Amino acid sequence: MLKLEKRPSPSVMWSRATPVLAVALTMVAGGIMFAVLGKNPFEAIRTIFWDPLFGEFAFYLRGQLLVKAGPLILIAVGLSLGFRAGIWNIGAEGQYIMGAICGAALGLAVFPTENRLIFPAMVVAGALGGWAWAMIPAVLKTRFNTNEILVSLMLVYVAQTVLAMASTGFLRNPEGMGFPGSRNFSGYAAARNGFLWEGAGLHWGGVMALATVVAAYVLLQRHMLGFQIKLSGQAPRAARYAGVQPERLVMLCMGVAGALAGMAGLFEVTGPAGQISIDFNSGYGFTAIIVAFLGRLNPVGILFAGLLMALTYIGGEMASTNLGLPSAAIQAFQGMLLFFLLACDLLTNFRIRLAKKGEAR
Amino acid sequence: MFGGIDPALLIASLMVASVPILLAAVGELVVEKAGVLNLGVEGMMIMGAICGFITAVETGSPTLGFLGGAAGGAALSLLFAALTQVMQANQVASGLALTLFGLGLSSLLGQNYVGIKPPHTGTVPFGPLADIPFLGRVVFGHDPFVYLSIIAVAAVWAFLKFSRGGLILRAVGESHDAAHALGYKVVRIRILAIMFGGAMAGLGGAYLSLVRVPQWVDGITAGAGWIALAIVVFASWKPWRALLGAWLFGGITVLQLNLQAAQVGIPVEYLSMSPYLITILVLVLMSSGRGKVALNAPACLGQNFHAAR
Repeated sequence: MLKLEKRPSPSVMWSRATPVLAVALTMVAGGIMFAVLGKNPFEAIRTIFWDPLFGEFAFYLRGQLLVKAGPLILIAVGLSLGFRAGIWNIGAEGQYIMGAICGAALGLAVFPTENRLIFPAMVVAGALGGWAWAMIPAVLKTRFNTNEILVSLMLVYVAQTVLAMASTGFLRNPEGMGFPGSRNFSGYAAARNGFLWEGAGLHWGGVMALATVVAAYVLLQRHMLGFQIKLSGQAPRAARYAGVQPERLVMLCMGVAGALAGMAGLFEVTGPAGQISIDFNSGYGFTAIIVAFLGRLNPVGILFAGLLMALTYIGGEMASTNLGLPSAAIQAFQGMLLFFLLACDLLTNFRIRLAKKGEAR
Repeated sequence: MFGGIDPALLIASLMVASVPILLAAVGELVVEKAGVLNLGVEGMMIMGAICGFITAVETGSPTLGFLGGAAGGAALSLLFAALTQVMQANQVASGLALTLFGLGLSSLLGQNYVGIKPPHTGTVPFGPLADIPFLGRVVFGHDPFVYLSIIAVAAVWAFLKFSRGGLILRAVGESHDAAHALGYKVVRIRILAIMFGGAMAGLGGAYLSLVRVPQWVDGITAGAGWIALAIVVFASWKPWRALLGAWLFGGITVLQLNLQAAQVGIPVEYLSMSPYLITILVLVLMSSGRGKVALNAPACLGQNFHAAR
């Protein structure tokens, strides 16, 4: 009989190795799932993980990688700060939508003025929109001790309704002949989030994501605040004795996550998506939760995790056009990844030993 | 009669609308009483919805469909049990994983079942009772699951309050170390509770796809699982209050749908976001002030148990 023995401190080696192990296990389990769906599992896995990087259309698809990874990394870094401190903001999708709406609303309000300051102002408005939306669960948590998990999630559904109102009502393109959706930002130079480096798929969102990774890394490694975040997650009582104010930390972690998600929304709506439409959000806010865990809640890890998750998005799209793999299969595949990751974490925190026979348990 | 809405019909449809969240909430209540926080209710519900739907369409029997739904929910909850009880994974993260995975898998399973009508679930034949003017409509005109959900509330209440098993379950939730020291199998009891919660959530999901909607659409649960979680907090872990909570939310859902149909002056969007906003409002009211619900929460809620000896 196997027995678990708690390690005195988590194993550094396993903590680095588990994401790789989890990805490998997901490929095996995913391959079985694809085989059950009647597809060649080896071909499917190759289409998802290999072809976008080294296949026939790689020159185009490699650029897409950063386009998809940008928002995922931006949101996941914000979420990881809270997750580390034991603050569960799972409503990033809503903050992402509200950021996009607020930023886009500012841009559309001044249409067709051409000014260099418009785009930066929109970014700020987007961050503020996401921040404000995240402040609702944060304030309710600190003032009334309301569960932030449930409130932040409920607000996603509210944000989706607001998005429907925006794209069919107050932000609808007046020249759109009644079709839902706002004006397209691609035709509005001052508010457009164009590519800075076309071949690499780098736009301002990608730059921001990279900058955030660096900033978060410095914060967690070198700053008192980062230490407080880590401390409150690992030992809440010790943190209280050390003078950490939990309320301040909740406001800060939720606020940062909201602002980053809002910014990600704005970069998406002015860049790849182009306009506010009823379904411009592609669930990045939820996938970012997987990215945050896959990256071990570590900024550098999240960078790689975001790129990998972007790869599954792109590869998944290819697999659905080339092999007829249903797009929902990729969603299940991504969920599976989180399962295996959580399961493999066992190895980080425990040793597996053979129990002696006849021992009472 | 107000605004063209018939009160008898309103109450009757309120009871129907509350069944899915009530079933899921009662299941989750037992899980949380055992000290486990399973945030995957939404995922288990939607798995129940699609498994129940497929079973019912393939066999032509709604009863088998509901059983299939319960089995689907329980099967997914077993994954959660394996992660949190055996692998010692974080319960919040595992619950989220369950929801994300359930949403993906259900839409994968359901892609060939869009636009099909499931077999009809009949009402319980109460004979002449159903013809009583107001009561007949409100009390005696429902399908079996409306009554079953209320019986489930009573059964869970009686089990937790009066039975030895219920006492052990509560002990595990309040102090798993003490329960372990007394020789109770903490992990085994928790796994059973998680499976019960999964089966109930699956049943609730199956009710959505077989009776309430009744067809398969992607994301059919639309947050019902999360509302069920909120109801457990609202009920401060007491079964009868969960019934009250479910009726309250069922009432709001039905009322807003009726108001949408009656085309009153309120925009449709405000009405359709109202159940979520009211859930938040109720959560705030319940968790602030003197009657703090947090005091009533099982003491070991969300904590993993690992027997060192």
